[in-house]
Amino acid sequence: MTMMTASAPLLKMHGIVKSFPGVQALRGVNVSLMAGEVLALLGENGAGKSTLMKVLGGAFRADSGVIEIDGVAQHFASPQDSRQAGVAVIYQEFNLVPGLTACENIFLGQEPTRAGFVAQAQERRQATELFQRLGVEVDLDAPCRRLTTAQQQLVEIAKALAFQARIIVMDEPSAALTSHEVSRLFAIIEELKRQGIGVVYISHRLDEIFTIADRVTVLRDGMNVGERPIAQVTRQELIELMVGRELSDEFPKRAITIGPPRLEVTGLRRGRAVREVSISVKRGEIVALTGLVGAGRTETVRLIFGADPREAGEIRLDGRLLAIRSPRDAIAAGIGLLTEDRKLQGLVLGHSVRENFGLPNLDWLTRMGFVQRRRERDEYTRYVETLRIKASSSEQRAGTLSGGNQQKVVLAKWLARNCDVLIFDEPTRGIDVGAKYEIYLLMNELAAQGKAILMISSELPEVLGMADRILVLHEGRVTGEIPDARNATQEQIMKLAIA
Amino acid sequence: MTRNLSRVLTDYGMIFVLALLCAFFSIATYSEQSPTGEAAARQVAAALIANFGKAPRVLIAARDQADETLFANKLEAALSASGAKLLAVVKGEPRDARAALQKIVSEGQSLDVIAGTRTTAAWLVFADLKAEFPTLGDPQLVQPRTEKWPNFLKSENLVNIANQIAVIAIIAIGMTMVIITGGIDLSVGSLIALSAVLAARFIRDYAGAEQASALGMTLAGSAAVLICGLIGAFSGGMITVFGIPPFIVTLAMMLVGSGLAYLLAAGQSIYQLPDSFVWLGRGEGFARIPNAVLLMLILYGAAHVLMSRMRLGRHLYAVGGNREAARLSGVPVQRVLMFAYIASALLAGLGGVIMASQLKSGSATYGNMYELYVIAAVVVGGTSLSGGEGKMFGTLIGAFTIAVIQNGMNLTNVESYTQKVVLGGVILGAVLLDSLNVSGGGNDSRKGPADALNRGTNDRASG
Repeated sequence: MTMMTASAPLLKMHGIVKSFPGVQALRGVNVSLMAGEVLALLGENGAGKSTLMKVLGGAFRADSGVIEIDGVAQHFASPQDSRQAGVAVIYQEFNLVPGLTACENIFLGQEPTRAGFVAQAQERRQATELFQRLGVEVDLDAPCRRLTTAQQQLVEIAKALAFQARIIVMDEPSAALTSHEVSRLFAIIEELKRQGIGVVYISHRLDEIFTIADRVTVLRDGMNVGERPIAQVTRQELIELMVGRELSDEFPKRAITIGPPRLEVTGLRRGRAVREVSISVKRGEIVALTGLVGAGRTETVRLIFGADPREAGEIRLDGRLLAIRSPRDAIAAGIGLLTEDRKLQGLVLGHSVRENFGLPNLDWLTRMGFVQRRRERDEYTRYVETLRIKASSSEQRAGTLSGGNQQKVVLAKWLARNCDVLIFDEPTRGIDVGAKYEIYLLMNELAAQGKAILMISSELPEVLGMADRILVLHEGRVTGEIPDARNATQEQIMKLAIA
Repeated sequence: MTRNLSRVLTDYGMIFVLALLCAFFSIATYSEQSPTGEAAARQVAAALIANFGKAPRVLIAARDQADETLFANKLEAALSASGAKLLAVVKGEPRDARAALQKIVSEGQSLDVIAGTRTTAAWLVFADLKAEFPTLGDPQLVQPRTEKWPNFLKSENLVNIANQIAVIAIIAIGMTMVIITGGIDLSVGSLIALSAVLAARFIRDYAGAEQASALGMTLAGSAAVLICGLIGAFSGGMITVFGIPPFIVTLAMMLVGSGLAYLLAAGQSIYQLPDSFVWLGRGEGFARIPNAVLLMLILYGAAHVLMSRMRLGRHLYAVGGNREAARLSGVPVQRVLMFAYIASALLAGLGGVIMASQLKSGSATYGNMYELYVIAAVVVGGTSLSGGEGKMFGTLIGAFTIAVIQNGMNLTNVESYTQKVVLGGVILGAVLLDSLNVSGGGNDSRKGPADALNRGTNDRASG
């Protein structure tokens, strides 16, 4: 660590209590952060990490507790107050205006002006300096929606630096990044450390925490359950702290009985994203489709599912040629797709979990055009039990569930259809360890039932732990196949992915 | 129990606003009501029989006007049935009454009661009977009692409100569906005009004009509605197949529809329609409720069932709530959208036929600006313009809120220009109320665990 270690902590949150009607989200949480330190904040979804960071960011007001910066007590009544005190929170969903350029976004709300006009030259100069400080290059004139997720994240970080933030909170910053981009992010975080900035790093990926963090604080049910220097803790210990019970293994084992080919895709093509992809998944097999973001993985499965029109390619199920022109056709044929983006593509957030569950199943839950609501609720309730979905009732809005529970609702709606082929696109993104394990168990169970499972994942440990066979995509083509996933290594995959 | 109550409160907050408005206008229009006609006759007869025993000698005085002669006739019938002695029934002016009194005196009879309306009882001729006709006895003046009752709550007025709003409310059903899918339909006002003109022309040109039969009129009306449906299908096609924003497509169809209506009507009103054509718009059916209002209620019942119980309704909500998620869940998004725009246009067509029936003519000027009133009804009823949320009965309440405000202001003599200002304010207020409700509860997943527990209700179609 740095020379500032001896002085007072940069940030000290003490005894933070926050309750919402009916639930106590934080029950007296303590967190401290030194200048030039990276603190990992760990905990399952619902443990209170997000609430705590919203208190720090001024979005919520704590019921009681003290926030001190450099030993001075702070009262954050609004995000502006917090920002003025030097706190920047970078949420998972970025706060960028898609139509404005990187430069405009960085200075949004604090534009340098001269006689009432925005001093554009000054803006550009400062923005360039900021990116230089980060050691990266971003097109200052492109509207933000054209930038990649990683670049947008850089804009967020630059924005934080622009108002001299000294504490930067990053909520799941690596969730949407490729391995390559994550390592660049780490380099930037190292640079921030050197400049004396304290970073709170929230992530579910333990590998990353061991790489980047100096210290880790674990929350469970709104309380501190552990705080260790990273050097004095093992992966196993962290998992147990978070979950509150012993987990035998991150990836459950299973007996594999692989049958004849079930899903066969040949010569799939669409534009530049998918140039030539052939995939076959056998009964009882879990095949991982991996590669860098932008390699065409999601695009490929969307073609299989009929979500986008394909230019060429044949799709067969159990040897039968399918004429898939829309998701409706794919679903009718027995294919289910769990999309990467639950919020935008998987769920109708404003509607109840029961209605979301029912949506792809209405054909068999409807009689004479009328939805059989009791049957729908009963079916849903069955899955609540098997999947251990935590929702207050079947009428709870999907948007108010935690990420893991949202994913379980998405799972439930496809399980109820009893599809022959299930495609999981990043099934565990943003999901805590306990829920991840349950989803893995379920995937194994589905494979054991003879279903064909195609899984997209950017998390290499997950790919290695779950898949029977690995396909690596690069620029819209399958560049490699690893038949025996159990004995593969991350390096092997990376080599094929970069190809 | 309390949970259900609070759910009803948040779901149907507009009901309470509507109730408050009704209470307000009831108080504002609270005034003396004197019964007239048959009601007055019944009341006076009862009073006479109760106070003057078996056979009082009576003079009835009424003016020569429809409701007063009705009063006189009914009272006469009631009294003769009870055994009273009717010495004279005057239906005219004070001098007729004087003549009648003189005749009674000249015949040497005396009088117990003079029964009159509120006007005739005040005639001067009855004021000083003792001096003028000393031999007449001591007749007492009996007139209908007055009572206090709000003009607003008179049954005629309530039926009037329902009648005024029927067309807008019926069209608002389709608009609610369209808005729930996240779209908008600006063409409904023009389709009213087009449908009214088409129906009137079909009846005039092909069904025998004034001699048209019921079947002929039904066919003409149906044809007009169906043509509007085709226009809706066209709009839906442009929106789903070519992806043109609904606002633009229906704005264009608004101009097209209005233009066609003027062309077809050749700039004139078409009034060569049979008298029986008003049955739909003005006729009374079951329980003295106008047919148009009955039709409106039936359509709302059906639409509510569709939206809350049927697969199609679920699909409409899903498409508006998250189009992509709905598509990836196998919802036939394009078909669902087509349905919404066709339904909206069909109902607008139906509204046009009803309006033509109410006014017994077809004109291209009908329905001007109605799209805005219809949208206002939907929005005041709590349907979100961003789609995915809304309730059929909310829209009905919204339509009634607008009608009640207009009617109440008419009754309290508010100028029509002022009415527009007030109405604008009310629409804004209703939406403001709704948005405060949303931000208080929150539909944003990032709002924290409180929402998870509080907003555990489905605040749309489950009622």
